[in-house]
Amino acid sequence: MATDATEAAQGAADAAHAATEAPGMPQLDFTTFPNQVFWLVIALVVIYLILSRVALPRIAGVLADRQGSITNDIAKAEELKLKAKEAEEAYNQALADARAEAQKIIAKAKEEIQADLNDAIEKADAEIAAKSAESEKAINEIRESALESVTEVARDTTLEIVSALGHKADADAVADAVDNRLKG
Amino acid sequence: MATEEHSEGAGLAFHPMDQFIVKPLFGGDTVHWYTPTNVTLWMAITVLVIFLLLVVGTRGRATIPSRVQSIAELAYGFVHKMVEDVTGKDALKYFPYIMTLFMFIVFSNFLGLLPLAFTTTSHIAVTATLALAVFLSVTILGFVKNGAAFLGLFWVSSAPLALRPILAVIELISYFVRPVSHSVRLMGNMMAGHAVIKVFAGFAAVAVISPVSVLAVTAMYGLEVLVAFIQAYVFTILTCVYLRDALHPSH
Repeated sequence: MATDATEAAQGAADAAHAATEAPGMPQLDFTTFPNQVFWLVIALVVIYLILSRVALPRIAGVLADRQGSITNDIAKAEELKLKAKEAEEAYNQALADARAEAQKIIAKAKEEIQADLNDAIEKADAEIAAKSAESEKAINEIRESALESVTEVARDTTLEIVSALGHKADADAVADAVDNRLKG
Repeated sequence: MATEEHSEGAGLAFHPMDQFIVKPLFGGDTVHWYTPTNVTLWMAITVLVIFLLLVVGTRGRATIPSRVQSIAELAYGFVHKMVEDVTGKDALKYFPYIMTLFMFIVFSNFLGLLPLAFTTTSHIAVTATLALAVFLSVTILGFVKNGAAFLGLFWVSSAPLALRPILAVIELISYFVRPVSHSVRLMGNMMAGHAVIKVFAGFAAVAVISPVSVLAVTAMYGLEVLVAFIQAYVFTILTCVYLRDALHPSH
């Protein structure tokens, strides 16, 4: 009985407590609505002013600046790339020019050497021809002189042999006879 | 028996809804429309945090951003892209309003997750005000921009002629249900999560199940962090969808 009474009292207190503190859902306590709406509107207006006046233009500016600088950098890189390509082309051109020049110089040198060589060969040929002609002449002379010597020796020998055989030989006759013999 | 029940009830004190009570900040019982309450305090903190992130965080205007500036730019880009993709390029002049909504909701939700915090977005008064503001401005904007052609939103011209009146009634009802679902979705998600955490926390008073309870609170908290962001995102993207309907009412 006593327990029941305390329980009832407790229940009543609970009910009273609930009525003042949390009537079911505080969300449905309409007395607080004007307060919440009032402060919400103020908060939203303040946020809107902060965003539209300061924050959003600033962030948009920063993003635009960054986009701009990125675009600029890419353009610059493109330009430098083009320049590098041009430089490479110029280098290649210079290399090709140098190579052609070298080729030309080599050809010229070869030509000059060939000409010198031809000259030298010609000169040598002429010298050799002159020398061989001289030698031939000398050989002919020697041969002629040798032939003459042979004739003379034959005449002299014949004259001596005829003399030795006890004949009185006429020098002219002997000479004629030897010449005839030699011719024949 | 009854006493036993009663004592157990006293040991497990569940007051999951107490966290949502609107209280005057400086004593007193009555809440007038101008009374500074915990609603005022937490909305002021929301405004302050938004100010810190978007204004103080970007004061360097650095081309290579600091961490805080990166977050601010991320938030800006996130909402900007959402408006551009969902609503279209011609809606970018409404971007500051949508950004205001998003920043307010996302920071209210996150700040509400701090222990002892008051979650302003868990109140139907707040979410309904937001949803009604969106509903009214979108409807007025639709009529101002398109005149009577805005009613073409309810006249499904791709459907067979016989079905169109029925569809028009359905479309009309769904149009007017929009602010209700829009506001109750946000408020319900925020309130339910916080209440469930509170209930699990109440169970922690019993030594045997307290480890489970603490684990459950941790898991719920993780889920609530996710929900806090997703609900802000959903509210904002739905606003963008409604705005697109107002600007381009033809199906």
